[in-house]
Amino acid sequence: MALSGMRGLSVFISDVRNCQNKDQERLRVDKELGNIRTRFKNEKGLTPYEKKKYVWKMLYIHMLGYDVDFGHMEAVSLISAPKYPEKQVGYIVTSCLLNENHDFLRLAINTVRNDIIGRNETFQCLALTMVGNIGGREFAESLAPDVQKLIISSSCRPLVRKKAALCLLRLYRKNPDVVNIDGWADRMAQLLDERDLGVLTSSMSLLVALVSNNHEAYWSSLPKCVKILERLARNQDIPQEYTYYGIPSPWLQVKTMRALQYFPTVEDPNTRRSLFEVLQRILMGTDVVKNVNKNNASHAVLFEALSLVMHLDAEKEMMSQCVALLGKFIAVREPNIRYLGLENMTRMLMVADVQDIIKRHQAQIITSLKDSDISIRRRALDLLYGMCDVSNAKDIVEELLQYLSSSDFAMREELSLKAAILAEKFAPDLSWYVDVILQLIDKAGDFISDDIWFRVVQFVTNNEDLQPYAAAKAREYIDKPAIHETMVKVSAYLLGEHGHLLARRPGCSPKEIFNAIHEKLPTVTMPTIPILLSTYAKILMHTQPPDLELQNQIWSIFHKFESCIDVEIQQRAVEYFALSSKGAALADVLAEMPKFPERQSSLIKKAEDIETDTAEQSAIKLRSQQQVSNALVVTDQRPVNGMTPDVPLTLVKVASTNSKEDLYPEDHISNGENGTVTEVDPQLPSADLLSDLLGPLAIEGPPDAVQSGQSSLSGLEGISDAVDSAAIVPIEGQINAVQPIGSIHERFHTLCFKDSGVLYEDPHIQIGVKAEWRAHQGRLVLFLGNKNTSPLVSVQALILPPSHLKMELSLVPETIPPRAQVQCPLEVVNLRPSRDVAVLDFSYSFGTSLVNIKLRLPAVLNKFLQPLSLSMEEFFPQWKSLSGPPLKLQEVVRGVRPLPLLEMANLFNNCRLMVCPGLDQNPNNLVASTTFYSESMHAMLCLVRIETDPADRTQLRMTVATGDPTLTFELKEFIKEQLVDIPVMSSVPAMAPASSLPINPVSLSNDPGAILAGLL
Amino acid sequence: MTIRFVLMVNKQGQTRLAQYYEYLTLEERRALEGEIVRKCLARTEQQCSFVEHRNYKVVYRRYASLFFLVGVDNDENELAILEFIHLLVETMDRHFGNVCELDIMFHLEKAHFMLEEMVMNGCIVETSKSNILTPIQLMEKSS
Repeated sequence: MALSGMRGLSVFISDVRNCQNKDQERLRVDKELGNIRTRFKNEKGLTPYEKKKYVWKMLYIHMLGYDVDFGHMEAVSLISAPKYPEKQVGYIVTSCLLNENHDFLRLAINTVRNDIIGRNETFQCLALTMVGNIGGREFAESLAPDVQKLIISSSCRPLVRKKAALCLLRLYRKNPDVVNIDGWADRMAQLLDERDLGVLTSSMSLLVALVSNNHEAYWSSLPKCVKILERLARNQDIPQEYTYYGIPSPWLQVKTMRALQYFPTVEDPNTRRSLFEVLQRILMGTDVVKNVNKNNASHAVLFEALSLVMHLDAEKEMMSQCVALLGKFIAVREPNIRYLGLENMTRMLMVADVQDIIKRHQAQIITSLKDSDISIRRRALDLLYGMCDVSNAKDIVEELLQYLSSSDFAMREELSLKAAILAEKFAPDLSWYVDVILQLIDKAGDFISDDIWFRVVQFVTNNEDLQPYAAAKAREYIDKPAIHETMVKVSAYLLGEHGHLLARRPGCSPKEIFNAIHEKLPTVTMPTIPILLSTYAKILMHTQPPDLELQNQIWSIFHKFESCIDVEIQQRAVEYFALSSKGAALADVLAEMPKFPERQSSLIKKAEDIETDTAEQSAIKLRSQQQVSNALVVTDQRPVNGMTPDVPLTLVKVASTNSKEDLYPEDHISNGENGTVTEVDPQLPSADLLSDLLGPLAIEGPPDAVQSGQSSLSGLEGISDAVDSAAIVPIEGQINAVQPIGSIHERFHTLCFKDSGVLYEDPHIQIGVKAEWRAHQGRLVLFLGNKNTSPLVSVQALILPPSHLKMELSLVPETIPPRAQVQCPLEVVNLRPSRDVAVLDFSYSFGTSLVNIKLRLPAVLNKFLQPLSLSMEEFFPQWKSLSGPPLKLQEVVRGVRPLPLLEMANLFNNCRLMVCPGLDQNPNNLVASTTFYSESMHAMLCLVRIETDPADRTQLRMTVATGDPTLTFELKEFIKEQLVDIPVMSSVPAMAPASSLPINPVSLSNDPGAILAGLL
Repeated sequence: MTIRFVLMVNKQGQTRLAQYYEYLTLEERRALEGEIVRKCLARTEQQCSFVEHRNYKVVYRRYASLFFLVGVDNDENELAILEFIHLLVETMDRHFGNVCELDIMFHLEKAHFMLEEMVMNGCIVETSKSNILTPIQLMEKSS
């Protein structure tokens, strides 16, 4: 085997290879790193060859997963080597080791530019490739015009131009504000006349990026794309080198068809005809062949053609051809084709009215649900979920239930959640819904989130007809031995509320019910006990005439828990005991739960979360979530084909029977999120009940309390707006409002501690944020992603900055093309300390509806902090020199969220307040330090001390010291907000927590003010 | 529609080549490689070549002892990537002649050169084998 001329490198690689274990490997690697470090130190003696060798070793070590934190300079310096081999290594290793923000890269800009504008084309290629891989803002600023020139230069050979095209793509994507693409529409069209397939391949990627941002400017490229596709499909003038197993560059074919999917339609009849001829040829002419590679390549083209046909919403005939093909694919044995068949069928559901044809394949799809391959099972699950409607819900959900017991753990949660959502959406009757959920809990209790059982409780509470049935079912389950704890919770709850309805049935006397439930008490954990106590209190109340023996039994249980260590349990025990000795008053206080206001299922949010790994949410990945969200959108909005479902869950019915007003202001709070979403739909109210099933709570709140079109900064103004944000503005009855996916409040909250993630999402749009903070400045990039296959128009973004922030948002395009993502950078400068929050006022139109949202931006105080670790010698003199108010403020904070000290330290560190362990002798105290940056005072040292009381975690004493009175105050208040902050909880159907609810007739009135008063 | 990374990993889970087209920290890379390699190695020949991991897909193909894993967006054309892997292997085969794991290991730089000629910034840039191999031949001539 010929080794690569670099003996030292080969020796090192084989040494590593011969290592017996990881420790030996590490030892060998450390030795080498030491060696390289020494050699680099006396750089003078190094020949370019040696430098090259060491830099490759570094890359190898880097690849093995070791940190290589030196030698970057040497790699970068190789870029300016005069000879090709060294230069090449310099460019490649630099782009592997460094990221775009690395300072050393700046040093190389001049060399890189000289290479790019120089005459040596191999150097040009190297430089363009590196910039294309890691070029950042500064590269864009200084190189974009040169790169643009190269792409269209007639004197440049294809090998340079293809690289220049992708280089421009990078510079433009990363910094659309810097790269000027005016006039590129013509040049792009010109570029597509190119004959060289390498140039075309990379130009097509560039076109996709440009078109996804603004398809209207690039209309002239459309016929060119069709021409290219024709040329490829007919195999005209395609060099042998670009033919892969007889297929003219399948990759260029795929890319071209992808570019075409960014244009909404093809208007010109001639172009349209040519395109459909090509597509028809692909659809009809793709056969299954023996050679795997040829087969894969031709099917890659075929699947892309299918997508394009779906996108163009072709004539019925072609669409049915597609469905027929997909039907064939999902039945084949070849797993790749089957996987893609299922995936594309799910996509097809979203764009075409093919529900009925796809239903014919239900049995086949269910078979795939039981495939041995989890990738295929997931696709099958998604498809079943997407194709479910009232007509097949029973079959599908029962299939899912059956599969649940044998499915693997990785899928159980998703599976049970989807089953729960389908059961709720399409239940033919409510008792079936209750059956399904109870079965789910029985079979997969560990995977059932609280949301699922809260939801069933809500339905039962809101539907009187259902209550005896649910109670009887609960009675059956509670008798079973070894039931899951969630089952204990839900059964106990249902029996407490509605058990008395069973009184005449055998085995259902209060006493018998009590005994059955009480048997479970020793088996449950702390959080379940309060539910059981409430149930006991309710049983006691319903026992008429009173049963003294039962009463004593229950009282002794209350008595036992009066000294429980858990505050919630203790409080309930004490209060229920006191209340139940009051006799008649008990019946008032423990009256049956009033109806819940209708609201969007929290399960849907949950379904989103499962797919979205929060740790992974970089903005680049936003688009990838499209799939799931779309699935939900479609099932939500799909018309029911004229069927009027006999579903008693509808909002409207509840609306008419729900005479009581909202008794539970805490529901408002939990909905009182970051912003409000208002959709004004000028269309007539939809007659489609089903699509409103999970819709917003249009009936909640008296109409006069809410003004249409209003959306206020509820998050900022506190609870006074909670009602507004909860009731989504009903105008004249029904309205289709766009519901945000996920809690806006939680997303904001998360982003306060993270620099990238999703700020807002609804079925049409997803807004992601990626931020970088440097001292008092920040750069926030908003990623506006259109999830639909049609454009979002009238897009407007307005920043409402508080007085302490200077903010500049770059231009936001008025239209976001289908499935495209637009980046809008936002520059932030912090002038002074303040806790005020900037707000993004965002609106767009989709179809006929206008959506307006106000979102808090995570440019909060802690983003301008830089953690600082101080030693004892540094800390104490500072601490002492800042004596007393207003520079040093002290406050006893009560009502603190009880946190173990370690978690509190984490919280501080997350806020960029660095906890300095060991500075305070008392182990119950925390000391933290940080630097605050603002334009007015540059860097300012901040010191914080927290003294906690181990006996009472809900209070602490906090001292904050800085060199500026305003900063001290603002920082103190900021920390306080973090400590007493109550995260928005999913609304628990709390069983009339007797103590906190003033049962006051006034609070039942229609006046939201009164509701709030009750709250306060 | 971009490639996020290309990995070559052997049956023992040792990385033989790693090229990322988005910046990940060392820890992120380690975690990612560990997770997806474990997932892919556990799969059988009868299962499909696509694995969903977090928010993206891994398209993979096995050649003797070596796995080629390509991470892509969810909207990528999976089969096109699958054959792109094969094109990469054929290209290496043309250069090395009967390419094996050791060739890639001991000629890491050449493997990188080839990949660099084929993919740039996550997009496919060239699919003609002779065009891909030109710079390497140039380098061999000059050294």
